[in-house]
Amino acid sequence: MAKEMYFNKEATMVRQAVRDFVNKEINPHVDEWEEKGLIPLHALFKKMGDLGFLGIRYDTKYGGQNMDYWAETAFIEELAAIHCGGVPMAITVQTNMATPAIVEFGSEYLKETYLKPAIAGDMVAAIAVTEPGAGSDVAAISTYARRQGDYYILNGSKTFITNGTQADFLTLLARTSDAPGHHSFSLFVVPTNLPGFVVSKKLDKLGMRSSDTAELFFDDMKIPAENLIGEEGNGFIQQMMQFQHERFAVLPMAYISAKNIIDRTAEYLKGRVAFGKPLITKQVLRHRMSEWLAETEALRQLTYHIVRMKENKMDVTREISMGKLLAGNLMNKVTDGCLQMHGGMGFMNEMWISRAYRDSRLLAIGGGASEIMSEIIFKMSGY
Amino acid sequence: MEILVCVKRVPDTSENEISVAGDGKDIQRDDLVYSVNEWDNYAVEEAIQIVDRAGGNVTVVTVGGDDSEEILRREMAMGANNGILLKDDAFEGSDGKGIATILKAVAQKSKYDLILTGAQADAGAAQVGGMLAAMMDLPYASLVNKIEIIDDKKLKIGREIEGGNQEMNEINLPCVLSIQTGINEPRYVGIRGIRKVASVEIPTYGAGDLGLAASAVGVAGAKVKKIDYFVPVLGDGAEMLEGSNEEIIAKLIELLKAKGGLK
Repeated sequence: MAKEMYFNKEATMVRQAVRDFVNKEINPHVDEWEEKGLIPLHALFKKMGDLGFLGIRYDTKYGGQNMDYWAETAFIEELAAIHCGGVPMAITVQTNMATPAIVEFGSEYLKETYLKPAIAGDMVAAIAVTEPGAGSDVAAISTYARRQGDYYILNGSKTFITNGTQADFLTLLARTSDAPGHHSFSLFVVPTNLPGFVVSKKLDKLGMRSSDTAELFFDDMKIPAENLIGEEGNGFIQQMMQFQHERFAVLPMAYISAKNIIDRTAEYLKGRVAFGKPLITKQVLRHRMSEWLAETEALRQLTYHIVRMKENKMDVTREISMGKLLAGNLMNKVTDGCLQMHGGMGFMNEMWISRAYRDSRLLAIGGGASEIMSEIIFKMSGY
Repeated sequence: MEILVCVKRVPDTSENEISVAGDGKDIQRDDLVYSVNEWDNYAVEEAIQIVDRAGGNVTVVTVGGDDSEEILRREMAMGANNGILLKDDAFEGSDGKGIATILKAVAQKSKYDLILTGAQADAGAAQVGGMLAAMMDLPYASLVNKIEIIDDKKLKIGREIEGGNQEMNEINLPCVLSIQTGINEPRYVGIRGIRKVASVEIPTYGAGDLGLAASAVGVAGAKVKKIDYFVPVLGDGAEMLEGSNEEIIAKLIELLKAKGGLK
């Protein structure tokens, strides 16, 4: 199979191990978690941590597996086979969104105290950047961490925080200076058991319903200064780099989900008879699906190219932005088109395609909207 | 306790639609996803649990090509201590007796207290365990769903029998047992295990290494030959429901109501 050209035996074994776990420990519970609007993250992450799934690329010193980006890609590809978007999103918050900055810039103390338990599945992590008044415009955030002796006093609020009601710590971006420019922000590890932390609201969303998304409030929270990630004033740059890991995780999610959605829709069309023939015989539908298949494969190949670049320690910001832009567009197109092919049944909440349609809508919004990806691509292309 | 577990790489029926190949001699094998035979995986888990309690080693062995190494590594990542690959062109096309002959040869190279097989594999023949025991003149029990260690000479074993009933037996060691699914809850493979076994050398033996004549195994030695492979013609007793999933479900509910299966 073509996959064997890219993934070595170890990565293939990781793939099979994750697949087995997803089939037995996750997929049978997805409907229940979607209905409840909550995944039991501590229980799930503990099981995943015990199997070494939560720190595939990370240093063995902190319980990681010290494997390469191919192994991580195999892991994410298998998460994409989960029967909803909410669970893979919750898991990749832990592995690709809230921990990379601690790995790359965090002190030994932060790695021992927060990274190690996150890899072991003993702590749930969340990434806290977005605010009610600042989404794509990250530099507009107003949550403020003011240095006071050995502490920072944190005030403000964050919204749309995945894993927010269950998180043990947040990797949080706050303003640490009033000066204009990107050097007025710092990244912190914020433990949620300190006084002044409030989950103001669990948010009701169009999709990703199993994933708990919260609005958080910080009222004079005393954060130990040692919880600062790296140097004060470097947070914006660190978060931009952390975003690359987050955005990368979207790509395998998109091409694997898109392929699965097209496959399942084709099966449906084989059995669905209209005007005396199965719908799969209609050329207009076949050709539409063929275009999506071609685009899906193109996204997969761009992703594999990015993995090769990452393995060669190259800057992949432009390529990941391209991939994220394509992934959002592709998922919107495929889920909308496949729902259409299901007709009235597709509009029923009980149908899997309805969930896929709702869940995938976030891809073009979260982690940097398509419009932001387009700006990055344009700027980095030298125009 | 030294335990040998015989395992096989088979098409994963949860991942594949199985269909008959054009020539009718086999199933369509292009692009199939393979995994370890489910019954064998239970046998390996049982062996690991026995060794956890009583000490010793678990060795997994398979007859197959280079691809079969992946299932040996998988079972070693799960906790088996050693793997052995039995690979030779002469082994291809072996019937059950041929496979048992090859396994006997490797089993006799070391001293095993217990040999486990899955109750059956993809072909559903369920003959290798019994044949292997007979060839080695060892006691044998099939469809084993419970194992207790009495001492280093005896095991107490449970067997699943007709109608879901259970029988218990004492069996002398060394012996061969074929393991039924459900005997335990096989553990997941973790990445630490995968990393540990990734570069472990797996010994490979061919017919010559095992002292086997090529004529005794493979196609040459097979006394049972598959001559046809087909999906049976629908009989009167079977009704295939057709249509979309929703239509099939509606028809099924109607039928179940009509036959009294649903009130």
